[in-house]
Amino acid sequence: MSTLTTNYLAPTGREEAWRFTPLARVGGLLDASTAIESVASLRITNAAPQIKLTVKSAQDLPAISISDDLATIRAREVISEVTHIEVAANAQPSEPLIMERSGLTGKPQASRTLISCGVNSHATIILINTGDVILADEIEFDLAPGSNLTFISLQEWSAKAVHLGRQHAVISKDATFNSIVITVGGSLVRLLPTVEYSGPGSSADLQGLYFATDGQHLEHRLHVNHNVPNAKSRVNYKGALAGDKAHTVWIGDVYIRANAEGTDTYELNRNLLLSDGARADSVPNLEIETGEIVGAGHASTTGRFDDEQLFYLSSRGISAEIARRLVIRGFFAEIVGKIKNEEIENRLMDRIDSELAKVEA
Amino acid sequence: MSTLEIKGLQVSVATEAGFTEILRGVDLTIKSGETHAIMGPNGSGKSTLAYSIAGHPKYTITGGSVTLDGVDVLAMSVDERARAGLFLAMQYPVEVPGVSVTNFLRTASTAIRGEAPKVRTWVGEVKEAMKALNMDTNFAERNVNEGFSGGEKKRHEILQLELLKPKFAILDETDSGLDVDALRIVSEGVNRIKGSSDLGIMLITHYTRILRYIKPDFVHVFAAGKIVEEGGPELADKLEEKGYAEYTTA
Repeated sequence: MSTLTTNYLAPTGREEAWRFTPLARVGGLLDASTAIESVASLRITNAAPQIKLTVKSAQDLPAISISDDLATIRAREVISEVTHIEVAANAQPSEPLIMERSGLTGKPQASRTLISCGVNSHATIILINTGDVILADEIEFDLAPGSNLTFISLQEWSAKAVHLGRQHAVISKDATFNSIVITVGGSLVRLLPTVEYSGPGSSADLQGLYFATDGQHLEHRLHVNHNVPNAKSRVNYKGALAGDKAHTVWIGDVYIRANAEGTDTYELNRNLLLSDGARADSVPNLEIETGEIVGAGHASTTGRFDDEQLFYLSSRGISAEIARRLVIRGFFAEIVGKIKNEEIENRLMDRIDSELAKVEA
Repeated sequence: MSTLEIKGLQVSVATEAGFTEILRGVDLTIKSGETHAIMGPNGSGKSTLAYSIAGHPKYTITGGSVTLDGVDVLAMSVDERARAGLFLAMQYPVEVPGVSVTNFLRTASTAIRGEAPKVRTWVGEVKEAMKALNMDTNFAERNVNEGFSGGEKKRHEILQLELLKPKFAILDETDSGLDVDALRIVSEGVNRIKGSSDLGIMLITHYTRILRYIKPDFVHVFAAGKIVEEGGPELADKLEEKGYAEYTTA
């Protein structure tokens, strides 16, 4: 495959999809003249029965979805090897599969993965992202009928990391996709958790947590395409921001197509501004082409610490520092509690405490 | 034996129309073991008195003093006041999403006692106190005040009073929004704590109803930002009969 295609044009920053992103900081990932190395970067650290990982040629394992995301288009051009993770049909592994990254160099790289869940399987897969990277990363999820996947990705990248990612699920009849996206590390993270359906009775639950401090740009652009009848989606992203030029972007696009009767959708984004100089952009967007639905709604709030909450806790002898920690842990608790892995939950809460401590220092 | 002494307290609050003076020189001394009822019509400044003593940032002290055993309370931060032995049972306790009652109680107790309560005795202590207030055990797992009924919120306040063991408690309209059964349970809780400690109480109320359950040693009538009449329990009977009319007409 050639490294240059006619349909690839680097964004200028004026495009709707890129207007929030600091393009000067993407490390060349969107530049057709940059050499981007293909890497199969996933490594299993905790195996789970009946889930296997193989690396295949990109030609043998083409993408299952169409994407108009320029980072994804660019990455697909250079990818030579794809990681294929397969959950066997009817498998119900009691342990989660836990993966980390390997082979990442800090130079521009691209990685693509397909996670296939067999019929009526029920599994949890956790991906822990660490390290200093410049990475365009695509993960597709192919959920067979009746399957249930919980996918947890933790962006704990080092301070200089650049991560342009797409996590796209195709959910078939009676299948359920639970996504938990945790983004706390990295200089620039732009993630696209997106969903389409291929059969009725399907369901997506997209949860997210982000915490941006000094200079971090953390962007999550969700897209739920209700293109079948009787599918359900829930989106709940919560973010905290602190410090100078901390910037978060949350875009929640939900489309209910004309044939998507019986759709049930609700999306929510809440942001907590912990200091001056931070900026949270939050844009929920709901387009409805049929009125024959169960429900559709969205909400977005951005605010500061609630003084009444802090007063209540302080009036019980709790110091201001511990009160703020309690409130922010409480703010994130509903998302963190869904991880259901004590070690990761504790590590994440400690990370949140330390991010908060940075603000107070 | 402790003394909470309020002298000439003047308090203003910032409103859209500028600063408004609410407390116009309040004098009140409460000693350990005493129960003082503060009674007055709506808008007379009773709650302002309670929140000013607790240190709510909304209120600006413009004059006077509050001391606890001679130590300046007004110079302390909100949490320092609580650790010094003051407790405010709020009329409208605040929801704290995602923070469980059990975590909250343990954190508060650790702060007040200066060390984490011993796990072995703590669990039993909480359970017993909850049982005494007719609270279901799953209550501890709920988030602080989130989705609580009015009665549950007030019981939760009294539960904290029992566990945090302050020197002085200010009960701000604890009777509001309670039905007869809940009022009895909450009042019994207060009386039990009073009976087993040297707690001094400032009981703020609009109605005389709660005074049938919690007997005051002194009654103070509050109107237009200050105490306008003082007496014993018999003063409450007079208010029951005649209302506040004579104090509100200039």
